[in-house]
Amino acid sequence: MAGSDVILLDFWPSMFGMRVRIALAEKGIKYEYREQDLQNKSALLLEMNPIHKKIPVLIHKGKAINESNIIVQYIDETWNDKSPLMPSDPYARAQARFWADYVDKKVYDASKKIWVFTGEEQEKGKKEFIEIMKVLEGQIGDKPYFMGESFGYADISLVTFYSWFYTCETLGNFSIEKECPKLIAWAKRCMQRESVSKSLPDSKKIYEFWNDMKSKLGHEHVPEVENFGSFHVWFSTG
Amino acid sequence: MTNEVTLHSFLGSPFSCRVKIALNLKGIKYEVIEENLSEKGPELLKYNPVYKKIPVLVHDGNPVSESLVIVEYVNDAWGQVPLLPQDAYGKAQVRFWAKFVDDKCIPALLKVVRSHGEEQAVAEAHEQLQFLENELKGNKFFGGDNINLVDIAASYISFWLGAAEEAVGIKVLNKDKFPKLTEWCDNYINCQAVKDCLPTRDATIGIYKMRFGKT
Repeated sequence: MAGSDVILLDFWPSMFGMRVRIALAEKGIKYEYREQDLQNKSALLLEMNPIHKKIPVLIHKGKAINESNIIVQYIDETWNDKSPLMPSDPYARAQARFWADYVDKKVYDASKKIWVFTGEEQEKGKKEFIEIMKVLEGQIGDKPYFMGESFGYADISLVTFYSWFYTCETLGNFSIEKECPKLIAWAKRCMQRESVSKSLPDSKKIYEFWNDMKSKLGHEHVPEVENFGSFHVWFSTG
Repeated sequence: MTNEVTLHSFLGSPFSCRVKIALNLKGIKYEVIEENLSEKGPELLKYNPVYKKIPVLVHDGNPVSESLVIVEYVNDAWGQVPLLPQDAYGKAQVRFWAKFVDDKCIPALLKVVRSHGEEQAVAEAHEQLQFLENELKGNKFFGGDNINLVDIAASYISFWLGAAEEAVGIKVLNKDKFPKLTEWCDNYINCQAVKDCLPTRDATIGIYKMRFGKT
């Protein structure tokens, strides 16, 4: 589809790509979705994200914006006539940024240990993951969303991981809802928004995808703790 | 609003300095509270319960943590001397590069320092530094004629890296390989807003000798 104003280079199971899908949907933006083959990166992806060579990439009128949380802010600032994703008060904005940054620094690495490893490493990952979820749950508290009444940037940064919860729970043999009921309640509340439910793939499909991936790579090739190399190719931390 | 600004800091921490530089550039008066990191004070723990780290900015009783989050807050709360462009695309570029410095450059440089210049670590650091060298695009600063969020994020490179190199007896930011970045370092540390918050070089080298020196 030539001449699309807004193009999203993405990979359907990526929780980072999902963030951008949610933001675009919240704003009602029409865009062209282009699924990327991460084992065979397209010339366009390499041209638009030469530094990291990762998805998601938003291309708006030919210009590339990279890093999912940065893309979400870009979308919010560019299409600023409706559905604000950031609070207007500077202090509240700082809080939203802090929590999205916390999610970025903590959630992916911990959850990855659960779906990549078994045994002691997996147990470590589970413990870390639950601790992190409890901190996030504590922050949301009894509010509908991170920042109060309005769904926004901080919620978007975290809710996409919900699509991977079933995978974590099944492989890790635990219940996230049992550990963090308020967090799950918040996630389900977010899922009631069409922008979220339409942007997150079905949890079971994610699980099938991950199992497929593991068997293709072979369990014996599960990487050492220090080297997530081969998996990083698939799951952009952008 | 009384506009009372305090910064919980630790000596010459480059992360605290990021915030000080932003405040200095905007001409904001603030009080520095030195924290003892081996015995963290109750205020620090109250204001940053998640990470228990400095810097923490407290503005009229409201705490903000994480240096780059703080700098964006300072930029949002005080409009003079903007540290980011006005347009959304310009902002996205600046945020991208600031994150690149934070996520990729500085960890790569720290790896070189900690490994005392191990070859692979140096090669990786050079790769990241080359991206930065190219991004300067012949400008004085990453922000063009003026300092922006990227310059502030890269503060470590301007002063602390040199001290670490000397402390450990290595060189990673080679002038011949990175002439523009080297010039940027000189320009940056000569800005009053930056100069005013730099620790002394000798003291920094001393600290780094203890922290990273060969045993």
